[in-house]
Amino acid sequence: MTASIVADHLRKTFGTTLAVNDLNLNIAAGEIYGLVGSDGAGKTTSMRLLVGALKADSGDAWIGGFSVNRQTEQVRAQIGYLSQRFPFYEDLSVLENIRFFAEVRGLSRQEWLPRCMEILKFVDLEAFKDRRAGQLSGGMKQKLGLASALVTRPKVLLLDEPTTGVDPVTRQDFWQLLIRLVTTPSVGEAGEGKGEGIAVILSTPYMDEAARCQRVGFMRLGRMIAEGTPSQLRASLEGCILEVRGRSLPAMRQVAVKIKGVEDVRAFGDKLHLRVARGQAEPVLAALARAFPVSSGDGVEARLVPPTLEDVFISLSESKD
Amino acid sequence: MPDPVVITENLTRCFGDFTAVDHVSFSVEAGEIVGYLGPNGSGKTTTIRMLLGLYEPTEGKATVLGFDAFRQSEEVRKRAGYMSQKFALYDDLTAWENLVFYGGIYGIRDRKRIEATLTLVGLTEHKTDLARGLSAGWRQRLALAIALVHQPKLLFLDEPTSGVDPSARRSFWDLIYTLAAEGVTILVTTHYMDEAEYCGRVGMMREGRLLALDTPAVLKKQAVPGDVWEVSAGPLQVALNAHATCVGVLRVGLAGDHLRMITERGLSEDELRLGLKSAGLRVERLERGEPTLEDVFLSLAKG
Repeated sequence: MTASIVADHLRKTFGTTLAVNDLNLNIAAGEIYGLVGSDGAGKTTSMRLLVGALKADSGDAWIGGFSVNRQTEQVRAQIGYLSQRFPFYEDLSVLENIRFFAEVRGLSRQEWLPRCMEILKFVDLEAFKDRRAGQLSGGMKQKLGLASALVTRPKVLLLDEPTTGVDPVTRQDFWQLLIRLVTTPSVGEAGEGKGEGIAVILSTPYMDEAARCQRVGFMRLGRMIAEGTPSQLRASLEGCILEVRGRSLPAMRQVAVKIKGVEDVRAFGDKLHLRVARGQAEPVLAALARAFPVSSGDGVEARLVPPTLEDVFISLSESKD
Repeated sequence: MPDPVVITENLTRCFGDFTAVDHVSFSVEAGEIVGYLGPNGSGKTTTIRMLLGLYEPTEGKATVLGFDAFRQSEEVRKRAGYMSQKFALYDDLTAWENLVFYGGIYGIRDRKRIEATLTLVGLTEHKTDLARGLSAGWRQRLALAIALVHQPKLLFLDEPTSGVDPSARRSFWDLIYTLAAEGVTILVTTHYMDEAEYCGRVGMMREGRLLALDTPAVLKKQAVPGDVWEVSAGPLQVALNAHATCVGVLRVGLAGDHLRMITERGLSEDELRLGLKSAGLRVERLERGEPTLEDVFLSLAKG
């Protein structure tokens, strides 16, 4: 299978800041790829390099086989791009907004109208096609953004934090749409019925969403420092996360931060989560038991728990090179 | 027992013929961290604005720190901090200058107080940085510092962590715990379900009404309408439709890399497995799960 999104040693500096440093990607049709990392890690710059909105200092990217450096127009014809804030004309209707977007992209009425209706049905906005964009709820605006990005039947969808500030119900709906999109070639893709879904790359601050991607890439200081399936990434912290319950969180915390092998201590509701160095779970558990003897009536309950993607995120973003 | 910090009685606000907040009654005790959840547009922000006296209630009343929130809003605002989802910082002022400016609005001239507030949020190192140059996480801390500079007894946080990365969010919550331990009462809205887990009690709004307000544990027990299952099954599209095709399946949702299903209480594992298979699904994993706050949210939000 040919990869739909390829990045080959992409590099971009702004002044003295190295925003993207040697980025390589290989994303297949039908794949949803998640890009995560701290603020300023280079996610948005990477997206903008992939769509050709920024020019790389060196390296190149290929979208559906076209070079972003040399075939920018063909590349743009392949992609749908949704940035963190979708620009709408609030006083135009849903349909007029999509029409505007489609005509800017050079689609004729015969082309855009039937597509538009099909897509509005797909995102469940059909009943609201005549409503002014300014009157839509947050979730509907997000669907309109997605519909606009889909009207050109892109082979590749780039979504930059599409769900930030969106409630869980809407996020759940949005993800179900995305999954239908990558598994239903005829709705999005240019070559209908070829059996290949579209490729999606998205950035998100929500780790539960990152866990829904087939693969996740962690960026830090412009570099990709880890990449894999969610379960591969979680496996890297297997045996390193302890959950501790007890009477007094502050007291447990004071003790825990001083135990050798403990790398991070966080309050999590009524319990503490400790991240310990590899192989240190047993000694740390023993040290906790010594510090809070059951006989004192102040014993703590500590156990290993499976790591989450959020634990992985925090561990990676604090890691030293 | 001291009086509650916030008391609302049938608090209601209409905009034209739209009822944004509909007869909401609750109370919050000193030192509590209360989370406020609900879909976009369900009335969370309007509620907070009434508690701050920014909107007049159409009906009912709110008492905040012993004062009438609307008629004595000056008294409330002297003692309450507010960090809005779209906080305003002066980009061409430094962190320090922003805090001096906002402190001035509250009549805070004491440099030591301003210094202490910056230390509290961990911004000392970035004191002379222009706000423009701060990352989202640091901007958020500066906004919190601004809400804290007059040492409020009550803090309203409206989606304070929206768009902030997980490391910065955890540190932010460490700070919130510190404040609560010092007796500050905190009312926070969020779309992150893991953050809602950090709260002592959680309220859930929909269409202007407060549907439930309780501890996460009680909500999970009471608001989820059936049994929870963790399921890996394909094809995914068919699985997502299982509530329409399988008897006893009430809801299907994505949860990380697998599915969560809520079924009628008492449906056995074999019955569910059989139902899924006859709907054309390949079942790879099927286990009982614990309800989460997201289940609560989805159950209550969709009614």
